[in-house]
Amino acid sequence: MSVPQSWTPVTSADTAVPTHDQVVAGLKATDEGGADLVQLLTPEGERVTDPRFDRYAADIDLDTLKNLYRDMVLVRRFDREGNALQRQGQLGIWVPLLGQEAAQVGSGRALAPQDMAFPSYREHGVAWTRGVDPTDLLGIFRGTDHGTWDPIEKRFHLYTIVIGNQCLNATGYAMGQKFEGKVGDGSDAEATICYFGDGATSQGDVHEGFVWAAVYDAPVVFYCQNNQWAISEPTERQTRVPLYKRAQGYGFPGIRVDGNDVLACLAVTRWALEECRTGNGPVLVEAFTYRMDAHTTSDDPTRYRLADELELWKLKDPIERVRVNLVREHGVEQGFFDGIQAEADELAARFRQFCVDMPPPAPDRMFSKVYAEPSPTLEAQREAFLAYHASFEGA
Amino acid sequence: MLREFAMPDVGEGLTEAEVVTWNVNPGDTVTVNQIICEIETAKAAVELPCPYAGTVVDLLVKTGETVAVGSPIIAIETAEAAPAPAPAAPVDDEKGAKIGEAGKDGRIATLVGYGPRPGSVTRRPRRGAAAPAAGDQASGTADRAPSGSASPGGDHGQMAPAAVAPDGDRRSGTVDRASHDSASPSVDHDRVGAAAPGGDQRSGTASRPPSGPASPNGDHGLVPLAKPPVRKLARDLGVDLRTVVPSGAGGVITREDVHAHVAAPEPVAAPVASGGVRREPIRGVRKATAAAVVSSAFTAPHVTEFLAVDITATMDLRERLRATREYSDVKLTPLAFVAKAVCLAARRTPEVNAHWDEAAGEIVYYDRVQLGIAAATPRGLIVPKVRDADTLTLRELAGALGGLTATARSGKTPPADLMGGTFTITNVGVFGVDTGTPIINPGEAAILAVGAIKPTPWVVDGELAVRTVCQLALSFDHRLVDGEQGSRFLADVGALLTDPGLALTW
Repeated sequence: MSVPQSWTPVTSADTAVPTHDQVVAGLKATDEGGADLVQLLTPEGERVTDPRFDRYAADIDLDTLKNLYRDMVLVRRFDREGNALQRQGQLGIWVPLLGQEAAQVGSGRALAPQDMAFPSYREHGVAWTRGVDPTDLLGIFRGTDHGTWDPIEKRFHLYTIVIGNQCLNATGYAMGQKFEGKVGDGSDAEATICYFGDGATSQGDVHEGFVWAAVYDAPVVFYCQNNQWAISEPTERQTRVPLYKRAQGYGFPGIRVDGNDVLACLAVTRWALEECRTGNGPVLVEAFTYRMDAHTTSDDPTRYRLADELELWKLKDPIERVRVNLVREHGVEQGFFDGIQAEADELAARFRQFCVDMPPPAPDRMFSKVYAEPSPTLEAQREAFLAYHASFEGA
Repeated sequence: MLREFAMPDVGEGLTEAEVVTWNVNPGDTVTVNQIICEIETAKAAVELPCPYAGTVVDLLVKTGETVAVGSPIIAIETAEAAPAPAPAAPVDDEKGAKIGEAGKDGRIATLVGYGPRPGSVTRRPRRGAAAPAAGDQASGTADRAPSGSASPGGDHGQMAPAAVAPDGDRRSGTVDRASHDSASPSVDHDRVGAAAPGGDQRSGTASRPPSGPASPNGDHGLVPLAKPPVRKLARDLGVDLRTVVPSGAGGVITREDVHAHVAAPEPVAAPVASGGVRREPIRGVRKATAAAVVSSAFTAPHVTEFLAVDITATMDLRERLRATREYSDVKLTPLAFVAKAVCLAARRTPEVNAHWDEAAGEIVYYDRVQLGIAAATPRGLIVPKVRDADTLTLRELAGALGGLTATARSGKTPPADLMGGTFTITNVGVFGVDTGTPIINPGEAAILAVGAIKPTPWVVDGELAVRTVCQLALSFDHRLVDGEQGSRFLADVGALLTDPGLALTW
């Protein structure tokens, strides 16, 4: 394999400041992720050692690896079905996660039951690992509700559409955990993980979250999935240093992990959460990955990025490398993969059927689901609205 | 059973899409999520996966055709039995219309808020007698202040005018009660919808004039019905909606109606030679001229002063000079005298030969006069310069002017000759007009327009006489030239042309 490109200039010269071109070239080296990239499973499916993080993946046996594979296949399958359902007019919009399965499943499976997660709107894979049924995601994208799972029960906050906003919520939540004495050495210690993208790092909310978390030592893992594109803006228009290095400026550790390597994501996130639970938070994790599909179904990525970039990343597919590893190093038979595929198709069918059968929300729901308690004014408005609806034929 | 797949809204708020290619043909077997076609929208080119498994019966849209979101594009015979599972039946249930699909009432459910397409304004019919009652309440409550908590009936009645014609609310203050009442039937019409089974309700709301939906709304004093974007369009195009013939359901004026109204020839005039329109790209000299005059007109506050001058003496002098040997080989035009007078007068009023340097915060006074002469050429208006015009004699000026205009008309003026002017003369008189209000050449302080020279009744020594008279118009930039200087300069030029001998005294 070629030597990974580094964003920093070669040390031969004393010119510490890289040139503009070097910076851009370094950021553009999207196929490697840089020398600091943590990787446990190469794109070729080869398990490599990492002195720092191996111990966080030491307990991964064959069954766990198979389960991670299953997670990713199932998540990808219902994600593709969501895309198709949008194209068939069943959903208003869908936000595909294609290519980011490892970054989401790996980090999601690193969470302890008591940890809290704050997603953006693409975290279908994390939702899966938190036990949120995929069909619960449909209402948001069909425009019938704002999320139907119980965030407290699932320890998974509702999707946040406003870019980067969840960094404030997550930081606040983590500060609460700290104030309530939930940070410590006990097995019930808690941490918070906050998901956002490379584009969100340009938002003030993220900066504010970083600052607060840093000065209060909040137990929050800032988990940035750098998928290289903020809709149509490439990473080099978000930052002049690799994103994980930004953490230094705030005064907490930052680390870049191969976001297409489910083992590395799992191990690094476990480490990061442990740091946070024991009072060493916050931590920034940059999962270096790639958005293989459009930003949303309303986007057309062929208008702003080149196909060969996509082709390059296809070779780093997060699922394929696990499959290859399972076959080569563990001798897993084809039957296992066929079984998972069948299960995935079943899930997709259930997902589809649920979507098509989703009843439109009753007209009175905006009155019954907004305030905890009714008021006379609200009651009157509700009655009037229902009477208005009932005045139509066929109502 | 036969299922139709309606064109979905694949972006957020798209209204139409073009079918670029079909990947299937009638008779083909298709599976769920098989890519059946590629469509191109305003946002993106996307592939459509098939929502049903079965056999393609028909492609309802041709390749290259653009159809509205919600129109069926393919018919597929599926294996399933005729009735869909009881409560689901999304397409059959009016309220369950899927996003991007038309319900049975033709309404298109969308995720984001854009209205149905113009011309397809249809609503669910109101139950039985409810409609007129609601309409009456609508007009009744609309007169009152729209405060919230009226009776339930009043509440939903209030929604009618608001939903149909928001403008109506604004107008309700000025429109009298009677016209409000007459407006309510058409409100009902909109709610009933043209295609709805409740069509008999139209006759029930008897006050509708027989002219019906084909006549302009204004005929019966109604507030014309149109949606806000259409009202905006009409306002932008200067169309009075009351004169537009509506074609939408319930007499609603559609966007197309407004366009058709604009496109229609003036109804008054007999068929005017209905020639076409010629469109030329704005470029070259036209573009430069436009940019220059706009920039000048909107940065320099123009003041224009006029002076009619008896130039009989100058014209006499011109005749005498032309007869001399010295002037035998130049064309001595009246313009040369004006140019000379301008140069002399500018010496006494340097403000007109100056430049407002906004960036430096300074006024730049020039020693020399770089005299621009506006010339109409086949390429357009250009303004070549006579360099150091104030140093030239009348003969030299005449020679320079002749050469200048000849070069300009042949299109050979070098770009350098077009720049760096300090004062401009425009000779509109050659076109036979008396005067004008010239626009200052950007960067200069003043411009002089010379009108047509013609015999004119004139008072000389208290007696009426026929004299050769010319109108002068001076536009100056009031930022650096006040009325005093501008007037003095113009008067000086006029005095020199009236009595060329004055030049001896300056």
